[in-house]
Amino acid sequence: MTRTAPPEADPTPQEPAPAVALHTGTSDLRALLTRNLRTSGIYIAFVAIVALFWLLTTNHVSLSPGNITNIVLQYSYILVLAIGMVIVIIAGHIDLSVGSVVALTGAVSAVVVIRGGNPWWVGVLAALVVGIAVGAWHGFWVAYVGIPAFIVTLAGMLLFRGLTQEVLDNISLSPFPPAYGKVATGFLNGLLGGNGYDAFTLLVGAICVGAYAVSGFRTRLARIKYSQPVESFPLFVAKVVLVGVVVMYFAWQLAHARGLPIVLIILGVLILVYGVVTKRTVFGRQVYAIGGNLAAAQLSGVKVKVVNFWIFVNMGFLSAVAGIIFSSRTNGAQPAAGNMFELDAIAACFIGGAAVTGGVGTVAGAMVGALIMAVMSNGMQLMNVDQPIQSVVKGLVLLLAVAFDVYNKRRAGASR
Amino acid sequence: MAENILEMRSITKTFPGVKALENVSLDVHRGEIHAICGENGAGKSTLMKVLSGVYPSGDYDGEIIFDGQPASFGGIRDSEHVGIVIIHQELALVPYLSIAENLFLGNERRGRGGLIDWNLANADAAALLASVGLDENPVTPVGQLGVGKQQLVEIAKALSKDVRLLILDEPTAALNDTDSAHLLGLLRKLKDQGITSIMISHKLNEITAIADRVTVIRDGRTVETLSLSAGEVTQERIIRGMVGRDLESFYPDRVSSPGAEVLRVEDWTVWHPTQDRKVVDNASFSVRAGEVVGIAGLMGAGRTELAMSIFGRSYGRDISGHVFVHGEEIKSRTVAEAISHGIAYATEDRKRYGLNLIEDIRRNVSAAALGKLSRHGWVNANEETKVAEQSRRDMNIKAPTVMSIVGKLSGGNQQKVVLSKWLFTDPDVLILDEPTRGIDVGAKYEIYTIINRLVAAGKAVVVISSELPELLGTCDRIYTLSAGRMTGQLPIHEATQERLMELMTKERESVG
Repeated sequence: MTRTAPPEADPTPQEPAPAVALHTGTSDLRALLTRNLRTSGIYIAFVAIVALFWLLTTNHVSLSPGNITNIVLQYSYILVLAIGMVIVIIAGHIDLSVGSVVALTGAVSAVVVIRGGNPWWVGVLAALVVGIAVGAWHGFWVAYVGIPAFIVTLAGMLLFRGLTQEVLDNISLSPFPPAYGKVATGFLNGLLGGNGYDAFTLLVGAICVGAYAVSGFRTRLARIKYSQPVESFPLFVAKVVLVGVVVMYFAWQLAHARGLPIVLIILGVLILVYGVVTKRTVFGRQVYAIGGNLAAAQLSGVKVKVVNFWIFVNMGFLSAVAGIIFSSRTNGAQPAAGNMFELDAIAACFIGGAAVTGGVGTVAGAMVGALIMAVMSNGMQLMNVDQPIQSVVKGLVLLLAVAFDVYNKRRAGASR
Repeated sequence: MAENILEMRSITKTFPGVKALENVSLDVHRGEIHAICGENGAGKSTLMKVLSGVYPSGDYDGEIIFDGQPASFGGIRDSEHVGIVIIHQELALVPYLSIAENLFLGNERRGRGGLIDWNLANADAAALLASVGLDENPVTPVGQLGVGKQQLVEIAKALSKDVRLLILDEPTAALNDTDSAHLLGLLRKLKDQGITSIMISHKLNEITAIADRVTVIRDGRTVETLSLSAGEVTQERIIRGMVGRDLESFYPDRVSSPGAEVLRVEDWTVWHPTQDRKVVDNASFSVRAGEVVGIAGLMGAGRTELAMSIFGRSYGRDISGHVFVHGEEIKSRTVAEAISHGIAYATEDRKRYGLNLIEDIRRNVSAAALGKLSRHGWVNANEETKVAEQSRRDMNIKAPTVMSIVGKLSGGNQQKVVLSKWLFTDPDVLILDEPTRGIDVGAKYEIYTIINRLVAAGKAVVVISSELPELLGTCDRIYTLSAGRMTGQLPIHEATQERLMELMTKERESVG
């Protein structure tokens, strides 16, 4: 008797709004920018900061070939750490130990190569093994014992700093054989010749642009096949051209300095791989799901413990990579190496739009965040700004970046 | 017993889009125990929040007269100042502080120089504890006490504030029989000392044992006030008041043709994760293909706990019993295993447990079955979008695109996203926990239509709900759950709201 037919007043299900709005909207540049203010804001800020230091430094030296090379060499290990850190932060954790792990892996490598007299690659392997072991240690405590990552990695920070000093007998070890130093200070130069510039670097740049254009076009085709909205063709071309100009300018500058730094190749591969892993794999999705709503992820069948474990193993691996680059760059291992690196890496993630509460962030954003820090430090050094003032400025930038993020979120919440 | 200590006159409280209270009136005599009854969501707690100043004056219409004076409370401090103290279902004690520290929190016993005099505080605390019959050292941390004793500490705290009107929201819901009996005894003692109490409760046997008068609320309106002296306080009478609700909601027609049994649960027992009590006690039920089975129970009956413990042991400890899917026993220790056995559970609290609110529809729909969209760990994003787009159309999710952030959708559309997520796992049995909670009538109708479509496609559906008309309108068979036990099972043609409510409020006969 309760099963009566619905009365006239029954709200007849309306057709869902058709998806046409998107097709038209994505070609409008201004709409694109405002819709993605959270992500695009960081790129605008980056361009502004680069322009600012270009203006402020004498002879616009900040964009000179030599200086661009310097920035890449000098901050590469922070970028590597930020890749791992942003994944940790997206999942809602934090890792305070990476500075100590950088020191420990560098120290192990130095002991193996310098004291042990082994070839350079044995040192690299040993560092990677130690880094992964450290990551597994953190992952075990965070994922399976359930101790907050803040505590586990704070303990790790002390623990691995102590082990570093123990391994090194609290003295510096140097120098590495020249082959090891190539990792961070080597260049691929003159492979294809060139008069006053390195043709090989330009070729690599061109290949990158070409690959970007092709993969962008293929994605576009696939989206059209699935009748997904895509940006208009002129806008797509404009995007490719813009990226092409920036990359080729960058390659041109490198080619006129010392050629293509090996560390840049390492960095490029890592950014590409992790960019894809976070965006396109099940693992990446689960990281976002855990950070966005842990309980919902658990109730959706995500194996939270397993994912958390591997997040930290990965962080250990990348810390080891950073440790190898850093020890190679400084041509030795020091007991105090890597101090405060964790804070630079964490700052890069938050400047790059990661959310303190987890669930939000991108590898690309973290890279830009790290580059903002790098360009600022480098620019201020070129301007001979005192170290204490540099610290003050960097602190304020971090604060403002997160304040902007919070403001944005609140506005988004109010506009619904 | 003539004079009223409290009169609430034509209280109306509106939330955006919902009238929670409409012209509710309540008279409480001085020195009586006054019970308030009603289904979940009838407006009992809202009324008490109005009374205690949680919703400050001006936030509602109507007037409150306390002790002959018109009262307008700007906050909970104002109501406590005149002696109205409310004890919520979730106790507001700090577990790591001692009993004495909790008792005088915000009201510290000061000695010379403004410093706290702990000797005085502990002595006063001991006296208060004695008055509620709690034999504990005042320096014991509250976290070490059981829930029953914590409840007594709350009451002692109320006494320390010179309480004149004590409000208890579901005081015995989390207590075992002994603790409940002790608490009721204490309420009687307080009554003899002249303290008036208002008690919100689902346990009708307790109400009939202790209350002088009972006010029944239904759908935000006062139904009636029953008086013990007039012989009106009986369980049958209260139930009639609680459920006499018009079946004004509507349900789509469905032809029922159940097939083979899909899910059977036997002797299922679950212990509370931290407290020493059974939340689900030896429950058994089954559901067949193409059948909708309801589980009715009041708040705290163990409905959600039953479902979540079956779904990959997501709740509780020391779980025992058997689960059969298609006649074969399964042991699913994780959610992933439960999903792979064809079980899906759509939570009652979609914001906390169901959705990633900061992500879009697409990512939420795929969250429980990413494996179906991926090869060697690589997600096919276009396929994912296609699936989400399909759900958006099938479920009539009102959002411009599948890239819309789920947190910005309305409750009804969020619920459709939750259902989409679980349907994409292609389950054999869906457990829907309060599938229409907090969503508007139109969306409810759509959800019922979806349920009908599912059973027509041969799925088995379990609906957990505290809205009896909803169960009567959608189910083929209804089980009743009371205090963790299955107290009955009614085929739809035998089920009425009265009979269900009777079974839902039935206490364990074996214990008496």
